[in-house]
Amino acid sequence: MSKQIKVALIGNPNTGKTSIFNSLTGLNQKIANYPGVTVEKKEGVCKLSRGVKAHIFDLPGTYSLNASSMDENLVVELLLNKNHKDFPDLAIIVSDVENLKRNLILFTQVKDLEIPTVLAINMSDRMKYKGIELDIEKLEKKLDTKIILTTNRTKDWVGEVKNLIENYKDLSSKIFLDTSIIEPEYFNKLKNIFPNQQLYKLWVVICQDVNFSNVSRQEIENSDFEIKSTSELKRLQQKETIKRYQLINNILKEGQTIDSSKAQGFRAKIDKVLTHKFFGYVIFLMILMAIFQTIYEWASIPMDFIDSSFASLADWVKINLPSGAMTNLLADGIITGIGGIVIFIPQIAFLFMFISILEESGYMSRVVFLTDKTMQKFGLSGKSVVPLISGVACAIPAIMATRNIESWKERLITILVTPFMTCAARLPVYLIIIALVIPDEKIFGLNYQAIALMSLYLIGFITALLSSLILTKILKIKRRSIFVMEMPNYKFPRIKDVFYTVFEKSKSFVVEAGKIILAISVILWVLATNGIGDKFENPRNYISENIEEISIEEIQTLEASIKLENSFIGFIGKSIEPVFKPLGYDWKIGIGIITSFAAREVFVGTLAVIYNIDNYDDSEGKKEEIKNIMARETDANGNKIFTLASGISLLLFYAFAMQCMSTLAIVRKETNSWKWPILQFIIMTALAYFISLISFQILS
Amino acid sequence: MPKLSDLKKGEQAKIVDVSSQEIPIKLLEMGCLPGNKVRLIQQAPFKGPIYIEINGSYVAIRKETARLIEIELN
Repeated sequence: MSKQIKVALIGNPNTGKTSIFNSLTGLNQKIANYPGVTVEKKEGVCKLSRGVKAHIFDLPGTYSLNASSMDENLVVELLLNKNHKDFPDLAIIVSDVENLKRNLILFTQVKDLEIPTVLAINMSDRMKYKGIELDIEKLEKKLDTKIILTTNRTKDWVGEVKNLIENYKDLSSKIFLDTSIIEPEYFNKLKNIFPNQQLYKLWVVICQDVNFSNVSRQEIENSDFEIKSTSELKRLQQKETIKRYQLINNILKEGQTIDSSKAQGFRAKIDKVLTHKFFGYVIFLMILMAIFQTIYEWASIPMDFIDSSFASLADWVKINLPSGAMTNLLADGIITGIGGIVIFIPQIAFLFMFISILEESGYMSRVVFLTDKTMQKFGLSGKSVVPLISGVACAIPAIMATRNIESWKERLITILVTPFMTCAARLPVYLIIIALVIPDEKIFGLNYQAIALMSLYLIGFITALLSSLILTKILKIKRRSIFVMEMPNYKFPRIKDVFYTVFEKSKSFVVEAGKIILAISVILWVLATNGIGDKFENPRNYISENIEEISIEEIQTLEASIKLENSFIGFIGKSIEPVFKPLGYDWKIGIGIITSFAAREVFVGTLAVIYNIDNYDDSEGKKEEIKNIMARETDANGNKIFTLASGISLLLFYAFAMQCMSTLAIVRKETNSWKWPILQFIIMTALAYFISLISFQILS
Repeated sequence: MPKLSDLKKGEQAKIVDVSSQEIPIKLLEMGCLPGNKVRLIQQAPFKGPIYIEINGSYVAIRKETARLIEIELN
């Protein structure tokens, strides 16, 4: 039997929906994006009995079907469209036992769409200590549904859920609230015009435009039905909400008892400290510092291991494969390039781990609460703090995390400035250049190299804030000061959930970056090993030194370097060199910068390919470290290429330039226009060029 | 008529009117409806957002929004 049952997991944010998803599917899940939008689409498979499979869709968290963000809109669109390939056979509404009343609003709305619905009351293990008692039988009857008590502690309930999924045809799909009682006159009119449509569905479609566009209203607009003004619709929405609350209240009065004396303690005590007007900030700063400290301390151990493993792998390839151009491409281009990415997995993984712990525990909302006013002064929102912190790992998830910022102006500015934050892809470039040009010495017990790295992080952060300040002044967008944020309960993050997040994010980072590096390495290598003209064909004739006087190895090196300069890449590099010369770079670095526009982390791999091609130092099959080759590089007059001046200029270029195609693609999707990514690209890159130019001219 | 923005830390009040068009529907769904009790838990420094409890929901909103909600002090 190949029948697949489609299940939608729906619920308010912070209800532990993802934990339930993970419990049902394990690692049998994949994350993709919904076509056209960058809303994450989480899908997993859950095996039932007799070979039946359930496809579980973890939909973005939403408070109701009155969508007010892109994430929420997606849920509505899916549930309204019966022909959608993911349209669910049944919906599991996940709710928090401590706030059943509010969670039931969404439950009743989904039920009114005539979708068979199961209610999962999550975190049920907290009931006793919160003084909550539920009469499940009564609730099931009144709500006309099946109820399952779920918890993260045990997995007893999983079988029960599977059973319900398998027998979803027995579930009730009767509506909860007769929509017309909200305002009989209006809705009866609506019913007469569209006799074949389900009333609540019509109502949801009509309302979409109030908060968010997209759902097609053409059919309604083409009819002779008068559309009410926004304020009228809003009044009706308010009426609907009140009606639902009334009905839910009556049901809960019978099915739920709360001994409120037990409820408050823990949360209030922690909030007193964490949202304190002085200690709250101190604690936040301490947590941030501790995170960065641990990332560098802990990550260095696996990083050293990865570094040496890739170096030996490259050596092994060189020794064991027949020597030649292909082997060099594999060892120096691809393995070194991929190694340059893999080495950052530990840091990225730790960073995502901490961010996910901060979010899951409920602490992030407190930070948003504390920083909102300050961030507003820069034209941002307190909710911008999360993207800015995530931006230290990678701008892509960070820009996606801006979606819950209600005010479009604040959200746009956050999107535009986040790429200034020092992302993990800048690190390989920073580390290699710092090691080359900044002395490994100490001043007052502080290492110069460490100071340099820290300054680069600070420069990124300060630039982000300053640009917001400027943007908020010049952008002619009306700022609507909307800000509604739930302050969730504190809870211990579930290790499994944190692990899944870390695993997924790290994996997609490596796969995406890996693809780009592979492609660019191959293209560069082809361009660097092919050329036309006599200089490329017979380089020996163009060696200026007297061939009789120098060793064979030196001849080979000179030959290779003439060949490279006259290859296609050399040709391209030489023709763009005048652009980069004033910044202190030669044509090889120029090529590195150009390829970095695909993604910054490509820089090291690019230089590895270019430098190794004219570097015949594999007499013992030993790969020479790219750093040493770079340190040796000289220009035509024998001056070192990597000096303090050119090094700092290069560091600053990478700090400011918008070199990441994936980020631009995300900005395009999130802002739904080409204008913003193009402006972002031009302005950031111009700024990078200008600042590097000044710094090089001053320092040299 | 006092507004939600006038509430002091620890004080409790009853919501009387939320008819302003500027109030996001999301806040209403969180339980910010006439008749419900509201309590101020924390006020962020420098006139920042307020952290309130309404109807079992814990929410933070900005002062601008709080000014639109009319309350009745107990």
